Amino acid sequence: MTSRWKALLALATLLILLPWLMPNTYVLDVVNRIGINAIAVIGLNLVMGYAGQVSLGHAGFFGLGAYASAILTSRYGWPPLAAMGAGMVGTGLLAFVVARPILRLKGHYLAMATLGLGIIVSIVITNESAWTGGPDGMPVDALRVAGLAPAGEFQWYWIIAACLWLAAWFAGNLVDSPVGRALRALHGSEAAAQSVGVDVARYKARVFTISAVFASFAGSLFAHYVGFITPQVASFLHSIELVTMVVVGGMASVHGSVFGAALLTALPQLLAEFEGWEMVVFGALLILVMVLLPRGLVPTLVRRLRHA
Amino acid sequence: MAEFLQFLFSGLTSGSIYALAALGFAIIFNASGVINFAQGEFIMLGGMVSVFLAAAGLALPLAILGAVLVAVVAGVLIDKAAIEPARDAEVVTLIIITIGASILIQGLAQVIFGKGQHALKPFSGDTPLAIGGASLLPQSLWVMAVSALVVVALWAFFNRTRFGKAMLASSYNRLGAQLVGIDTRRVWLVAFALSGALGAIAGALAAPITMTSYDAGLMLGLKGFVAATLGGLGSGAGAVAGGLVLGLAEAMTAGYVSSAYKDAVPFVLILLVLFFLPRGIFGSRAVDRV
Amino acid sequence: MLELTGIAKRFGGVQALAGIDYAVSAGRVHSVIGPNGAGKTTLFNVITGVYRPSEGTVKLHGEVVSGRSPDQLARRGVARTFQNLQICHHMNALENVMVGAHLRLSQRLLPALLHLPGLRRADGGCREEAMELMRFVGVHEYALRLAEALPYGVLKRLEIARALALKPRLLFLDEPAAGLNPTEKGAMRELIRSIAQSGVTVVLVEHDMKLVMGVSDHVLVLDYGRKLAEGTAEEVRANPAVIAAYLGAGAAGATLQ
Repeated sequence: MTSRWKALLALATLLILLPWLMPNTYVLDVVNRIGINAIAVIGLNLVMGYAGQVSLGHAGFFGLGAYASAILTSRYGWPPLAAMGAGMVGTGLLAFVVARPILRLKGHYLAMATLGLGIIVSIVITNESAWTGGPDGMPVDALRVAGLAPAGEFQWYWIIAACLWLAAWFAGNLVDSPVGRALRALHGSEAAAQSVGVDVARYKARVFTISAVFASFAGSLFAHYVGFITPQVASFLHSIELVTMVVVGGMASVHGSVFGAALLTALPQLLAEFEGWEMVVFGALLILVMVLLPRGLVPTLVRRLRHA
Repeated sequence: MAEFLQFLFSGLTSGSIYALAALGFAIIFNASGVINFAQGEFIMLGGMVSVFLAAAGLALPLAILGAVLVAVVAGVLIDKAAIEPARDAEVVTLIIITIGASILIQGLAQVIFGKGQHALKPFSGDTPLAIGGASLLPQSLWVMAVSALVVVALWAFFNRTRFGKAMLASSYNRLGAQLVGIDTRRVWLVAFALSGALGAIAGALAAPITMTSYDAGLMLGLKGFVAATLGGLGSGAGAVAGGLVLGLAEAMTAGYVSSAYKDAVPFVLILLVLFFLPRGIFGSRAVDRV
Repeated sequence: MLELTGIAKRFGGVQALAGIDYAVSAGRVHSVIGPNGAGKTTLFNVITGVYRPSEGTVKLHGEVVSGRSPDQLARRGVARTFQNLQICHHMNALENVMVGAHLRLSQRLLPALLHLPGLRRADGGCREEAMELMRFVGVHEYALRLAEALPYGVLKRLEIARALALKPRLLFLDEPAAGLNPTEKGAMRELIRSIAQSGVTVVLVEHDMKLVMGVSDHVLVLDYGRKLAEGTAEEVRANPAVIAAYLGAGAAGATLQ
């Protein structure tokens, strides 16, 4: 068995055991939010960690998914799964169209462009209140499939856990495939990748699109799970949260993504008691982790264990 | 015409603020290659600390001086505690570090100053001057005049003083600068301190017009980043031009098209520019070597 | 098989190449030599699609390919190595070579996402081939090591293995012997010979005259972006203009240092 399958098996075991260890539904709720974020973060890590392209606007795609689900189900009466699919296709198309001009850029210019894209999406969502309810947000229908809808955190947990495991499996498969190898190669050296026939622009566009679809899916899931969304889901700060989860968990590590999502979703909840100080602690921790463990937590730990 | 003039005034005023913010980005980027996402927090500190020092009874000039000092200290601390230990890290890591600094400063401001919105007293009254049918606030004149002064002073610093020239030299070639004995760590430090001061001045100038709060730095910072990129990252003249273009584009859109989408203007503009000129309007056309 | 007519390349005001006519015929070893800054690597970059020539055309098997991107040239059987190593440091050596087989594997997304058996089999085959190539260039013992941990000489050979994984008809080697010690240089000469014997046409840029004279069927000499001379190794060695250029460049280089 390869180490990848061991890791996936470990994730499955963890996901199966986890809900039985939860003291109350409040904690389970946090776990569910972690799971949803982790799906988006796994997708973002494909772009950032494996292909080496920064995106500071991924919450825009998350928001598009969330609002596609909310608007299509409640205003147009679409079935939730159809709305979710439409959101993923629409978001994917948008990402695919903007990917080529945007991903030609490098470094800070790329950061600027993706940041701009995300902010434009969030401003549109905030301003088009006839559809989106504006800054106050809008309610979202239950995730009803064939007459059944998940009720309570516990049922939702199994849905989210299954989706998360599948996301990790898809991402791992992709990374292990010739497509993933081409992506990692263009991260290492675009000149080298091109010299062996990798159409660099096309590959960047592909991975950007895939990760946007991951984010859109996570957004839809989030909208149905929470039942109410505001433009916050698409905000710059949410984009930053997603990027931070990737980097703190560890670039180019699917399981690092899950870990990063867990840490940075749970941390603000833990710190929420310290009125006002939560931002201070959060900011300080961010700096500390990045200065001391620039590779991120999981890859650093893996390295330590291998060398020990 | 009066209408156009009105939008022009408003655009030049906010454009001057964006220009100062963009200069802050450009100076740090030039010295260290870092995009400092905490630049907006310097602007916020400039406004908030001025407000609170003035409220505590300090004369306005002293209050502003205090705010500038606080921002300079913040800049120095960011450099020494967060950037210097990670100076060889990747772009993303450095971005996250400065974002961490930005969140930390925002958190501290929230703890100390609370969540409310505050306005600073205008420097010389709020009786608008009538010019060509449009009205111009005295504070706008302050904004434009001080910004122009700062730009001239910076130009003199980078072109006339020994250390300023050394900073410019090290932005062109870091290794070369080290070889001729320029202490690049000091260059970084001065860049962060200078950007802190610039941000605080911008914040204090803007606070009487735009109101300020603990989270006011975010949008201003991002727009400063847009302006700096528009001008081609690292170009001083480009940053000033970028800031003014941005302010004018925003004001004209708000006036003639839609005020709701005013905040989207900078980002649409920068995307269009980057699509066609991947290195900004004034950026160099470098070629990757293999 | 490859034909250049009137190639010129300018960077701003700098004329890097001017009026180069050059033909590469199949099944031989060609060398491009010249003092530093003569335009050798620029010539490689123009041929392999990294730069678009300012003037002139590049024809491959009769098709005009100037202006095509490097990946499009790779599709036409052109592979290369780099003067400044272009290695993916965070991948292991074997994966670096496997990237070379990119064009021969399915690039469709769905089989990749679902890890379908067909793709897995093809990828396994590619792994075997890559291993074989690593053995051929003599670095197979490093297969599973991260590239960032490998010595320079190994990486140079790794780049050649990656280029060979493309199954090229035309292989460009940019200074294959630079930075190698005399023993390694000797081994490199043998490697280039055996690559040529396997039917791949080789073009190399090289400073080491012993290597060039030992393997080349044809030598092109560039100086200040212009063609100074071409012909067999013997002809070039005896050419007075070449001797003058090399001595002149050597003297200039000495004063610079």
